[in-house]
Amino acid sequence: MPTLVSHPEEVKIVSSRFGQGAAEIDRYIELGGYQAVRQAMEQGPEWIIAQMKASNLRGRGGAGFPTGMKWSFVPKQSEKPKYVLVNGDESEPGTCKDHLIFLHDPHSVIEGTIIAGLAIGAKMGFIYLRGEYRYLLTIMEKAIADAYAKGFLGKGIFGSNFDFEVVSQTGAGAYEVGEESALMESLEGKRGIPRIKPPFPAVVGLYGGPTVINNAETIATVPHIFRMGAEAYAKVGSERNGGTRLFCVSGHAERNGVYELPMGYNLKKLIYEVAGGIRGGRQLKAVVPGGSSTPVLLASEIDIGLDFDQVGQAGSMLGSGGVVVLDETVCMVEFALRTIKFYQHESCGWCIPCREGTDWLKKTLTRFHAGAGEARDIDNIRYLAENMLGRTFCPLGDAAAMPTIAFVKKFRQEFEDHLDGRPCPYAKKPANELVGV
Amino acid sequence: MSLTNISVDKKPEGTIFSPELAARFDKLVTLYPMKRSALIPMLLYAQDEIGYLSDAAIAEIAHRLQLTVLDVRNVLSYYSMLRTRPAGKFNVQVCTNISCMLRGGQELFEHCERQLGIGHKQTTPDGVFSLEEVECIGACSWAPAVQVNYDFHDNLTPETLDAILAEYRSKASQ
Repeated sequence: MPTLVSHPEEVKIVSSRFGQGAAEIDRYIELGGYQAVRQAMEQGPEWIIAQMKASNLRGRGGAGFPTGMKWSFVPKQSEKPKYVLVNGDESEPGTCKDHLIFLHDPHSVIEGTIIAGLAIGAKMGFIYLRGEYRYLLTIMEKAIADAYAKGFLGKGIFGSNFDFEVVSQTGAGAYEVGEESALMESLEGKRGIPRIKPPFPAVVGLYGGPTVINNAETIATVPHIFRMGAEAYAKVGSERNGGTRLFCVSGHAERNGVYELPMGYNLKKLIYEVAGGIRGGRQLKAVVPGGSSTPVLLASEIDIGLDFDQVGQAGSMLGSGGVVVLDETVCMVEFALRTIKFYQHESCGWCIPCREGTDWLKKTLTRFHAGAGEARDIDNIRYLAENMLGRTFCPLGDAAAMPTIAFVKKFRQEFEDHLDGRPCPYAKKPANELVGV
Repeated sequence: MSLTNISVDKKPEGTIFSPELAARFDKLVTLYPMKRSALIPMLLYAQDEIGYLSDAAIAEIAHRLQLTVLDVRNVLSYYSMLRTRPAGKFNVQVCTNISCMLRGGQELFEHCERQLGIGHKQTTPDGVFSLEEVECIGACSWAPAVQVNYDFHDNLTPETLDAILAEYRSKASQ
């Protein structure tokens, strides 16, 4: 069971029910659950979308698109049924927040899904969890069954004339399926291959119908926005970045864990105060601020606010909230290699720049880390990565290229230290073992 | 497998699955606007029951969804958790992705190789354990983490992992 952490600096909104037994429906109701959806039902779709826009909530999956705006793109009239799709395929290395939401507060996801359905006029919602989260699907399925039993789902929910069905399922192991169009393919029982855009899901999505697809944390946040009031929620965060977010601290921090902090919270403070600094009093080398696909920040670059705009200005991305802390013992070439090995494994192979690019990067970095690199490889790695950018259907190619470019740019010296037949000067292993990586 | 095996869709007689699972499948296909949407859950549940996706399991699922066997195989080959050959009773999946790597995930995987005497995607001769080096399993803040079948074990050291493996080993002999 994942351990929960707490710190006085935290503002617990999405995580307010963690550890409170809220997976049980009666306890969830006792803690104020299923009130927001009743209010939303009374006020109607236009009011819901206006509130969502006023909350300044931005997508927690990584792109940070304003949620209220996304919902407003769904056409009011549609011949085909509309759908709400919750993306709980959490697979970005460094990210484990949805894990806790499904474990501790599954009803917030259901309630948020119903509200999204009310807003766009959908009668059905899907909650898609990653395949590894089977024990969380069991929790989710029980929560859904309980909600049906209470009349919160099904025909005429809450005694109204509104019908809403929810189905949850898992994937079967594929990072790519976390991409919205690939997820729809998977939910339609196919290989998780991305679709070309436009049309966007809001117009042509699941089963060809208009679809709102949101990250699980985004959806779990929705009921809290109505509970608190949209303005109050927006005020917790920074400009254009409403509310809080779950930051998953991992790697070499003293106290790793998932902390909920206001948007715009200082990254340096998060690492040194909230997470207790670097383990064993070591020096910080670098931070990956938002999951493995976000460009690395140097220790000197972390005095910034954690919101989509400020991290963007610092040359990286807020991403999925996975803050990976690297101390002085890490070999950045090895770290770059492990990162690219992941993307090479997960590339679905649909787009050639991604399929071939990740493979060549893995091969080159493997050889390089083992001490068989040449000086020209360093620029070649960057050149390969730069030529993947923007040349694929989905962002997986970019997700592999962006961190690679940053590793070469910011840690060129470490790459040069591997040259002239020298095996990794930072690792503990001899060169012949490194070749097998 | 021969070509005829994958291109001919014979109508299976009855079901190869337990009555409970067959009933679950009957319900699953009604949940979605399109029958085919039940495919991935069905493949997973079939694998859970049989241990892997046998030719017979694939044929029955294809028939239930009115798909060709080839279509089903095309889909299942995409997903890393689905397998067409048996694995050990307990599939030990060690994460070595970045967050786990920084906390000793790679060393943990190598420790498993030594303890179990097998490598990546191999099974012990007694069929009790198989081992897999996997990508991020979503337990980053509690790294290093290992999943045995669907059960998570986190904040591990080689010593605590040894104790966990011993528990599974004794479960297998019961």
